[in-house]
Amino acid sequence: MSADSNDPGTPTASAVAAAVRAGTTTAALVVEQHLAAIAARESEIHAFNLVLAEQARDHAAQIDAAVAAGNDPGPLAGVTIALKDNMCTRGVPTTCSSKILDGWKPPYNATVVDVLRDAGAIIVGKTNLDEFAMGSSTENSAFGPTRNPHDTSRVPGGSSGGSAAAVAAGFAQVALGSDTGGSIRQPAALCGVVGVKPTYGYVSRYGLIAFASSLDQIGPFTSSVEDAALMLDVIGGHDPMDSTSIPQPHPSLTEAIQHGVEGLRVGRITDLPEGADPDVQERLEAAFDALRAAGATIVDVQVPAFTFGLTAYYLIAPAEASSNLARYDGVRYGMRVEAADTNAMYGATRAAGFGDEVKRRIMLGTYALSAGYYDAYYGKALKVRRLIHDDFERAYQHADVLLTPTSPTVAFKFGDKGDNPFAMYLCDTYTIPTNLAGHPAMSVPFGTGAEGLPVGVQILAGTLQEPVMFRAAAALEREANK
Amino acid sequence: MSAYDGLPGDWQLVVGLEVHVELATQTKLFSASPNRFGDEPNTNIDPVTLGLPGALPVLNEQAVELAMRVGAALNCTIQPCTFHRKNYFYPDMPKAFQISQYDQPLNIDGYLDLPNGVRVGVERAHMEEDAGKSTHIGGAGGRSHGATASLIDLNRAGVPLVEIVSRPDIHSADDARAYVNELRAILLAIGASDAKMEEGSMRVDANVSVHKPGTPLGTRCEIKNVNSVRSVGRAIEYEARRQIDLIESGDTVRQQTRHWDEGDGRTHTLRTKEDADDYRYFLEPDLVPLAPSAEWIARVVAALPMLPAARRTRLAEATGQPADSDAVTSVVERGQDDYVLAVAAGGGNAARALVYVKEAFADSPAVPAADLAGLTLLEVGGALTATQAKAVLAELVANGGGDAAAIAAAKGFEAMDTFALEGFVDEAIAADPDAWAKFCAGDGKAMGALVGLVMKASRGKADGKLVAQLLNQKKG
Repeated sequence: MSADSNDPGTPTASAVAAAVRAGTTTAALVVEQHLAAIAARESEIHAFNLVLAEQARDHAAQIDAAVAAGNDPGPLAGVTIALKDNMCTRGVPTTCSSKILDGWKPPYNATVVDVLRDAGAIIVGKTNLDEFAMGSSTENSAFGPTRNPHDTSRVPGGSSGGSAAAVAAGFAQVALGSDTGGSIRQPAALCGVVGVKPTYGYVSRYGLIAFASSLDQIGPFTSSVEDAALMLDVIGGHDPMDSTSIPQPHPSLTEAIQHGVEGLRVGRITDLPEGADPDVQERLEAAFDALRAAGATIVDVQVPAFTFGLTAYYLIAPAEASSNLARYDGVRYGMRVEAADTNAMYGATRAAGFGDEVKRRIMLGTYALSAGYYDAYYGKALKVRRLIHDDFERAYQHADVLLTPTSPTVAFKFGDKGDNPFAMYLCDTYTIPTNLAGHPAMSVPFGTGAEGLPVGVQILAGTLQEPVMFRAAAALEREANK
Repeated sequence: MSAYDGLPGDWQLVVGLEVHVELATQTKLFSASPNRFGDEPNTNIDPVTLGLPGALPVLNEQAVELAMRVGAALNCTIQPCTFHRKNYFYPDMPKAFQISQYDQPLNIDGYLDLPNGVRVGVERAHMEEDAGKSTHIGGAGGRSHGATASLIDLNRAGVPLVEIVSRPDIHSADDARAYVNELRAILLAIGASDAKMEEGSMRVDANVSVHKPGTPLGTRCEIKNVNSVRSVGRAIEYEARRQIDLIESGDTVRQQTRHWDEGDGRTHTLRTKEDADDYRYFLEPDLVPLAPSAEWIARVVAALPMLPAARRTRLAEATGQPADSDAVTSVVERGQDDYVLAVAAGGGNAARALVYVKEAFADSPAVPAADLAGLTLLEVGGALTATQAKAVLAELVANGGGDAAAIAAAKGFEAMDTFALEGFVDEAIAADPDAWAKFCAGDGKAMGALVGLVMKASRGKADGKLVAQLLNQKKG
């Protein structure tokens, strides 16, 4: 199967669902095609921690039976989906690519899992990630890295590298990832697929294993903007089980992308931090040109605090993580390393169960929250976060959307940044501020850069401005496919 | 001897109490599991209670309402508030953090008036979740030290608590006990908690220090494991003396958390300030700020029942008894004051009704108020003696009511007319001239012998008060 998911020959998820609902194809056939693709290349790519072939076949049979009986299986009928392995699936191991959750099977489904099943989507597997979603290359997985389908000597990005690779390799039509500082958008860019981080609270986090709760958000990977719109139309919405989910209905994105970008104000951030490679910068300029050609106006805006995003993020996210990951203590589930007493057991279990990057962030976060350091670190980071939010809000008074690179580089080689955490952190320079602001952003493939590798352009918008963001994304996609 | 509860010299005791109260909700603070005491261990659990990965808390509205009721009853300001995470490792704390309130609690700046008139400030009454319960096997006194195994029951984990923090306005062990008793009475009256110290639904920690008036406050120690109102007083008294002994022997009090041992009647070091946890509080990102609307607060305040202090005052005024008298406090505590007032409203004598209710009705009075009113009228009208009235009361209670006059008649309790009574009195004087002489000489005790003779002769039908009156008249 081609790694080029933008191949116009690839049917969209909505086309597949329509065909399954109409009975012109079967869910069984769709599933077998994807299982065949997995069989052909998964050993090379390692997108999955677990392939759920039998479960997928059973579910496909149920959907086909429903169609035969005259029932509607839902808007995603027969659409194959890969789930990042940090979303709880009842009775199915959910690992966060960490040894510490060894053997644990959640007794419940994440809300998105139930919602997707109710919509007729078929889960084909749980995808690999940087341990607890901490990383930008999927190299931090306890189960080995995922490889980029476009060039297997390169990383797929991270932390949702498995999900991005699964869509890029045709293992599943769509996938879900989670984005705390760029973990959907960056791998989407590196794998040449569409990746969306919606407004914080757009999609329920219930059953998403937390990394940094105030930043985590679930979103889709798809091979088209239309599919991403469909996915968000299905998984978006208020969930009474998640107090931070937004208690209001949201407009249809499938409908929004029917509209063009005439008159849309597209912002160029003039004080954006430097560091993007020339090939990436070149594609960003091409994107501005494309949107201008499609009728948009390009305006200059400033977001002065953008540049402080990385620093603030690496205090806030680890602080929350240090608390969220404290529950992995060996007492109730997952790995336990026996020791002389309770405290020794905690230490031995966590020493053996967590990888280096997770330990690094737990220590960083614990320190940032400690008495005597709180004000200087965590407290100050919260103030910067507010500043970033306010700066963005001011920019959105002048522009409807903003355009930046998603990643400063195309997919890099394994080991390139492995022993330099800070170089790795810089991968998320352009994606992190969005999470701190709680705003939506998405990455859309827009041609190729060095070595013919995919480049993504990031579209940012204000709170709940997904409709206008998707209009810009659809326009860019049309221009890219010209 | 100081004025403060028997402390030596002019030492002054300073106590602040932190009282944890489990709210009487149907379900837990952040999940739908039942909030029920005494069930099989680890049956009232769910992903949130267990702290399973991915589970999220959802705030229980009933818990908020009850917590607001506590705040309103303690004269607090109810304000917009937030939840924080208090991080620490312990096996019965499944998430390794407790969701609590930190710098923006729900209720602040209230007070509680003790029956003796002392006003104790309430700094805050905030919401938080309870931990699970650990049972240590093989350790001394059920403590973890030296235990060979620890069993964890998470039924209690996530049960809603309100922590009521008093200001250090308590200066005697008696007042500390009175505070706990009064707080308990309020919590019961407003239906916020069953407030059972023996079941742990009300738990008291005492911050104790001593100093001399006009000098800065002393270093305090926090006393934990105080499991009854009696222990509250004992632990505080012990701890105060321990601190005074330390200071007077030239030593200093170190800030510590200490464990009250009911068995040996002493407090023991649990941990010192130096090895106290750094809880790394930060805003709980899984919850949104809570801002009760003005309408909601007004509704809660308006729906508050009359509180124990007001009910004691009301009963005291109706009966002419002191508000802090045993009869008034215990009848209010038992919730029988409305009944006493109903007896009075039905024309009965409130003071007699108070005595009857206190002595004869342990639970809810099972006699119609009108029937008891009838009895009190017979007694105060002189138709029945106190002794006879008691017998009629017993019959009323046994029958669940009835006509007191008819019962008295059936028992042959007729009011003795003054003429007949005078006859008995004259007989008594004739029978014991010695006593009569002593009585006339001013020996009050001699009257008892004479009254006794009248009672004997009248087979208990004579009214003692009337007899005394006649004897005094005859003495002239």
